[in-house]
Amino acid sequence: MSAVDFSTIIGNAWFPTPVFTASGCASSGRELAQFLPLHDIGAVVTKSVMSKARAGRPTPRMAETPSGMLNSIGLQGPGIDAFIAKDIPYLVSQKARIIVSIAGETVEEYSTLARKLRSVSGISAIEVNISCPNVENRGLVFACDPEASRRVIDGVRRTIGGELPIIAKLSPDVTDLTSIAQGVVDAGADALALINTVLGMVINLDTMRPHLGGKTGGLSGPAIRPIAVRAIYQVHAAMPKIPILGMGGVSNGRDALEMIAAGASGVSIGTASFGNPLALISIQNELKDLLQAKGFLSLRDAIGFAHRVEQE
Amino acid sequence: MAQINRSAQQINATLVGNKRVGQYHQLIINIGDAADHCKPGNFVAINVGGDSSRMILRRAFAISRISSSSTFGGTMELIVAPHGAGSKWLCAQSEGTILDVVAPLGTAFGIPTEPVQVLLVGGGYGSAPLFGLAEVLNARGCRVDMLLGASTAAKIYAPMEGKRAVNSLRIYTEDGTMGQMGRVSEPIKALIEDLNIAVIYSCGPMAMLSAINAITSGTEVVHQCAVEESMACGIGICMTCVLPVNDGAGNVSMLRSCIDGPVMDGSLVEWDSVGRGL
Repeated sequence: MSAVDFSTIIGNAWFPTPVFTASGCASSGRELAQFLPLHDIGAVVTKSVMSKARAGRPTPRMAETPSGMLNSIGLQGPGIDAFIAKDIPYLVSQKARIIVSIAGETVEEYSTLARKLRSVSGISAIEVNISCPNVENRGLVFACDPEASRRVIDGVRRTIGGELPIIAKLSPDVTDLTSIAQGVVDAGADALALINTVLGMVINLDTMRPHLGGKTGGLSGPAIRPIAVRAIYQVHAAMPKIPILGMGGVSNGRDALEMIAAGASGVSIGTASFGNPLALISIQNELKDLLQAKGFLSLRDAIGFAHRVEQE
Repeated sequence: MAQINRSAQQINATLVGNKRVGQYHQLIINIGDAADHCKPGNFVAINVGGDSSRMILRRAFAISRISSSSTFGGTMELIVAPHGAGSKWLCAQSEGTILDVVAPLGTAFGIPTEPVQVLLVGGGYGSAPLFGLAEVLNARGCRVDMLLGASTAAKIYAPMEGKRAVNSLRIYTEDGTMGQMGRVSEPIKALIEDLNIAVIYSCGPMAMLSAINAITSGTEVVHQCAVEESMACGIGICMTCVLPVNDGAGNVSMLRSCIDGPVMDGSLVEWDSVGRGL
């Protein structure tokens, strides 16, 4: 048993470890359960769910890129009713801690989703994904618009009351991330998820056309990690009391500690699980060993450490 | 709901054989007891490029054959075409290399409960898993006939030992360099009638599978096909390898070819919508 206190707090939710799945990279947990006990990680952040079942974008939906990949899924999913009926009970049966990610096309859809989740037991927090890049209309990427971001979070906060923590998932594809982050916190977000994928494109030179069926896609993997570290660092500097769930290309314990030092209270693992179904467990073990090796008595002592060093 | 990825495990597996066969490589990998869970149709996902590689995704390969060797324990055979950077890396590895393998994955070909007449159709190296399947079908008492097609002779994969379980083997190449000139789908309609075929098993390019389905559509012939869509994870979490599939009651949804496939009922795939949205 390690001496390091590995627990973390996001909003008012406590987690025994700071390593989570990233929404959209673990479906609703069933697929990974063959490889690892879902109870052993901090939480399963489920794939962003919408009001209605959704087929998503045409294939090809992915392109591997240097140290990364583009995806263009388009929020395929079962819809909130089937999700609550089937996926939540499964995760509860596995004793997994659950963060439900929601996505909507309108401010009202987010509120409707929050209303349906309000009475569901077993949920630790709600991630409000206002930054999925794979939507037809870039104007619908709420997180690119400070006012739209605020309205979505405000609507969810009013609907859900004060109990469940709200984590707003933001896009790095903006001019002033800190002001958008400040806006959603003012509107009632308890925490921030940084970062969603970065909008990108690959052109297929056989067809001389965009490779992805949806033309553009979200770039993930180690290629975007420095962008994520920067985003976390900037936002933590501006709002040191707001917990951040850091993500973007974390593939080992070192990467996880980097995000924590930048200001993350927890780390989500996405694309790394595609290449290694046991990534969550190996990253969790490596992070714990690293914290211990560096002499940290608790994870909390390491959060935002990179800022403290600067001040000394 | 059956448990997804049941029997799949991550294995540090030793490459015990790597032999060039025409334009392909025959790789033999020691996967120990996991071999007991592998069935014809299943696939594996292998890390490529080594630890510092910029290739972050596994590569998926159909398992072509499983055997229990007294020297190595359980082994699987893969037939790999060194096309992209990942498959080239894999084909360049020498015997003794430890590979990070996740196996077995995906659905398997269904084996008839009765000894019926079956036709196996392979395109390019898609023929590889059909030889292992032929052995299983042969053991069930099925009469197995096989059609193989490719653009040219060098792309036909038809090992001598693989032909033992096959009653007849016909080869088609588009340039006529081996067997008859033409496409492999051309003789199927006549063969179904001449041989009283009950089940067609197919593996190869999507266009070939679609052409076969156009022939079996509206007939009593069952068409089990192994589909191919580019995938990132192989275990059902990335949602990239989807294709439109009918549930038989008219509801079409985008199913994952890694966990709901690769072997699917060809009559339920909405071939005209593959590559388009719903």
